[in-house]
Amino acid sequence: MGKIEDLEVINGEGYQLTSLDKAIGLARANSVWPLPFATSCCGIEFMATMGSMYDLSRFGMERLSFSPRQADLLIVAGTISKKLGPVLKQVYEQMSEPKWVLSVGACASSGGIFDTYSVLQGIDRIIPVDVYVPGCPPRPEQIIDGVMNIHKLVKHESSRRRYSDEYKHLLSNYDIETKEIEDAE
Amino acid sequence: MLNNEAILSRINENYGSEVLNSEENFGILTIEIKAEKNHEIISWLNRDEVLACSFLTLLGGVHYPDDKGREFAVVYHLHSWTNNFRLRLKVFLPAENPSIRSIVDIYNGANWMERETYDFFGINFEGHPDLRRILNMDSMDYFPMRKEHVLEDATREDKDDRFFGR
Repeated sequence: MGKIEDLEVINGEGYQLTSLDKAIGLARANSVWPLPFATSCCGIEFMATMGSMYDLSRFGMERLSFSPRQADLLIVAGTISKKLGPVLKQVYEQMSEPKWVLSVGACASSGGIFDTYSVLQGIDRIIPVDVYVPGCPPRPEQIIDGVMNIHKLVKHESSRRRYSDEYKHLLSNYDIETKEIEDAE
Repeated sequence: MLNNEAILSRINENYGSEVLNSEENFGILTIEIKAEKNHEIISWLNRDEVLACSFLTLLGGVHYPDDKGREFAVVYHLHSWTNNFRLRLKVFLPAENPSIRSIVDIYNGANWMERETYDFFGINFEGHPDLRRILNMDSMDYFPMRKEHVLEDATREDKDDRFFGR
């Protein structure tokens, strides 16, 4: 299971040692539950990514979580209008920590061709984004590449990162409550 | 079946003095009527047993910023199911007070279309039951389809010009 060779391990006779952080990271990275927030053509490409041809279930991601409360990864695929912005932000806030965000396509990342009054010019204006996937729309291979980069982040994230001042500062920059993190501490 | 001449003469018989202009575009009769008579005429077109314009296909706005005193147009497209013809009505309003009577009491379908026209052009429909924005954010403080707004606003900070070559 997983790519144990990525991790620093000590191999002995009949046992293998690694740090708890790494073991948790490995488990998390191979069971990411994505929440697809698909609004347009990038969403169609994401459907292809989920299908048997490209098959995200190879990476332990076949279980889409349409409830934000059980989701680990928010996949924003498509144009987000300014009116939809607060909805997206609420969905992000409802997800429990740890959570990651994948911005799929030009529109989600920058507004794309819709340089206009009604379209949000990139979702990073309302929520923090971990990985951006370029393309209009990106092919499933590109989305998988973005997912691989998310996995890399998940695998190597310190289990204390979400409690760090830097992380709280990041969320407060976006006016997102950090109460949940403080309660957990 | 009624042809456009017959439709126009029927309208002229009843509201000849309120019709300011008429032309035919793409086979559809287009008439300009007095703004204060819009409700009366549309109501009559709906009720009239000869014309029987029972359906409102479209209601929308147009902005002509250079046309002094007639800056805003409200356009109604009516459709008669029984006679199979369409009719386009135009009403012009001044920029100082772009107000016109709502026709929601005649066609319920006008409700959202009038809200949309208000949302994008700021045309005030008097007597509308719930005239507020429908497509744009409630916090928006301007009417985006008015032509005084350039397509890409140079003063806004949404996009960094260094990366988008503006």
